[in-house]
Formats: sequence, structure tokens, C-alpha cells
Amino acid sequence: MIEINNVSKWYGQFQVLTDCSTQITKGDVVVVCGPSGSGKSTLIKCVNGLEAFQQGAIAVNGTSVGDPKTNLPKLRAHVGMVFQHFELFPHMSITENLAIGQTKVLGRSKEEAHERGLKLLDRVGLRSQADKFPGQLSGGQQQRVAIARALAMDPICMLFDEPTSALDPEMINEVLDVMVELANEGMTMMVVSHEMGFARKVADRVIFMDHGHIVEDATKEEFFGTPRSERAQQFLSKILSH
Amino acid sequence: MSFFAQLDLSVIGPSLPFIWTGLLFTVKLTLIAMTGGIILGTLLALARLSPIAPLAMAATWYVNLMRSIPLLMVILWFFLIIPLLTGKPMGAENSAIITFTLFEAAYYSEIMRAGIQSVPRGQVMAGQAIGMTYWQTMGHVVLPQAFRNMLPILLTQTIILFQDTSLVYAIGAKDLLKAAEIAGKNYNRPIEMYIFVAFVYFVICFALSRLVKHLQSRIAIIR
Repeated sequence: MIEINNVSKWYGQFQVLTDCSTQITKGDVVVVCGPSGSGKSTLIKCVNGLEAFQQGAIAVNGTSVGDPKTNLPKLRAHVGMVFQHFELFPHMSITENLAIGQTKVLGRSKEEAHERGLKLLDRVGLRSQADKFPGQLSGGQQQRVAIARALAMDPICMLFDEPTSALDPEMINEVLDVMVELANEGMTMMVVSHEMGFARKVADRVIFMDHGHIVEDATKEEFFGTPRSERAQQFLSKILSH
Repeated sequence: MSFFAQLDLSVIGPSLPFIWTGLLFTVKLTLIAMTGGIILGTLLALARLSPIAPLAMAATWYVNLMRSIPLLMVILWFFLIIPLLTGKPMGAENSAIITFTLFEAAYYSEIMRAGIQSVPRGQVMAGQAIGMTYWQTMGHVVLPQAFRNMLPILLTQTIILFQDTSLVYAIGAKDLLKAAEIAGKNYNRPIEMYIFVAFVYFVICFALSRLVKHLQSRIAIIR
């Protein structure tokens, strides 16, 4: 589903990604973790072309992301993305947030988009908030709406860029619950996150990044059993100790 | 005898219909230059922020040029040069409308540029991430927020524009000020007429600035 081959990226002189390669097959849930500044957010944004990369290749469902001939908007329409800071559109109501992509990008009718939006709000438990504006919702609620907005586009896979790191602790679980449910339904997911509980529960593989390198790319059992790299061991001991 | 005792305000009444036609032109000029200026200014702002270097440079040059020349000179030059280029006279009023639209666009574009930059980059990414094209992202996500954020400043600029329209007096377009001048000459009472139009300008501008205040508190986006 997602193939990343030898991707390197520079910001001017500074190299943020070095020779990153991995594959995510259909139905897999892959959690990407690592210290801040390790390039994990940059890597996931390269997958749907929100960030450009200078070397290597990324293909999503067989379509090359780096190819200038690729119609990126068309590709992105079917790759859901959830951001650290939710990024709901603050000038639109919740239902409008859910409908805008469906009507303007997928060409669905207003009624159809509205119906679909309400169904998804039901699913994330926020039907009662349909007519509110994003600013009136809590962080956790906003992030659940953001997930619903991505799902409204009927994505073939979902990218999560630190979906819980801007949330208060008591709101993290309501978002993770939605994500676990998605994973259990077989959604292909790439998740940048430090939520190791989530990784233990639903991940098929865990990728550990450091200084722009993919240091570890292992099955969940291997990763939590005995990570091969010393750097990953250190990292795990730090975030699992409390 | 005091200054005020010499004033004969009774000449204002009979001149009102004539001054009204001048006011209508002033309002028409302001509204057209505002609408055209904001549309053109928004396009200029998008061009200035565009990654296409020649486009950004051309827009930057245009804005800097317009902002470096006194408005009165632009009005005069445009009025004198266009008939030479096209071979036919254009009329002071049409000339004024076009000049003001082109000139104000430069100022509105700076406001819209700040407005566009006030929208977080993550919003652009969110638009793109659901498959929106550049123009869809701008039209549905960025510009509506930029416009809301900047509405008070856009209106303030419009108040300045409203006052600046009095400069068309220089090319003989019959605006509020020109009408007052003519009426003043008719009755040989220029001072009374100038006092009266100053009052009209004040009332309209003051009302508009109150509206700005009111809007500031009402249209802010809940964040």
C-alpha cells in the first residue's frame, strides 16, 4: 500500500531524512516513534506529498508521490490525514468541515455529504456537536472530528501525525479508542506517536527513527521484546519507565 | 462682528439636490474602487506569495510602484496619458474610477497579504490533505479566514479611500467636494459650503469607523 524507498530530504544544508525505506502492506498498522527532531513527522508528510523530498521514491497504492506528473490533489483525496493540531477549519461548522471535501473534491451532493458526515459523527460519538464550531469543542472532540473528516473521503489508508500529543491527558483515550476501532476494522494506518500502549495493542510493526534515519523497523513483538539498536532501547526505557 | 455671525447657512438648503449628486458619485467611486481594489489586491497578494518567481516579482514591483507615487500624481497622469494612448477622451469620472481601483489594489494587497500569512500553515496542509487544489484551498480555507481576520483593517482602508476620493477634484470629476465648490460659487458662499461638506465627510467616516468597532467584536472567529 505504501512503499518508501531510500528517501532523503534536506532543508537547505540540513539533512532531515537519510535513506529511509519501509513498506506498509494493506491492513497493516505501523507506529513510527522516535525523539523529537528525528524526522518522523517529516517522513509521514512526504507520504502524501505535503512535504517534498529530493531523493528516493514513495509510492502509495502504486502511484508515485514524487513524480511531477502525479495529480497530488487526486492522490491525497484518498489518503486520510490527521494532524497534531487538528486543523479543523475554524470558520465552518462541524458538519461543514465534514462536507467540504466530499462536495468540492469528490463531487458528492450536499445532502449525501451531510448524511455521510452525520453518520461519521455518530461513529466518533459527536452527533450532538454537529452544528457547533470547532472552537467550541474540546481538543479531544476536535481530533475525533478531524478523524471523521478524513474518513468522510473514504480513504484507502490513514496517516496520523502525532494525533494525541497536543491533547490533555484525559482526552487522549477518547481519540485512541477511535483509532483502535479503526485498526481493528482493518484500516491501513501509519501513525507517528509515542503512545506505546496503542502500539502494543494494535500495531503490526513499530518503526524507530533517530536523526533522520530509520534505526529500527521490527514487528511489535520484536520491538517490545528486545530492540536491536541501543538507541531504541534507551528511548524505550525512557518513555516506558513511567 | 464675529466669524459665525457672518455665515449664511441658509444657502445650503437649496444646494442640497446638487450636492447630493456629488455625494452619489463619491459613494459610487468608493464602492467600485473598494470592490475592484480588494479583488485585484487579493490576486496581487496571491501573486506576491506565489512560488513562481517572475509572478511574485511583477506583483511586488506593481505594489511598490503604486505605493511610492502620490495618489494625486497617479490621478493626473492617468487622466492625461490614457487619451494620448487610446486616442479618445475618457471622461474624468471613468478615469477616476479606474485610477482608484488600480491604486487602492496596491494597498488592499498588502492587507490581504498580511491576512493570508495570518492563517496557520497547518490550515493549508489540512485543505491539501483532503485533496483540495491550490485554488480550492485558497477559496474555501485560506481567503475566508484571511478576509475575516482583516475585515476591520480593510474597512479602515476604505474610510481612507472615501476621503481620498476628494482628490478627483483635480481632474474636474464632479464628486462631493467639487459639487460643494460649484454650489459655493453659485451663491458666492464658498465657506458655508466647505463647512457643510466637511460635516458630511465627518458624519460618514465617523459612522463607518463605529461600524469597524462593532464588526471587530462580532465577526471574530472563535478559536
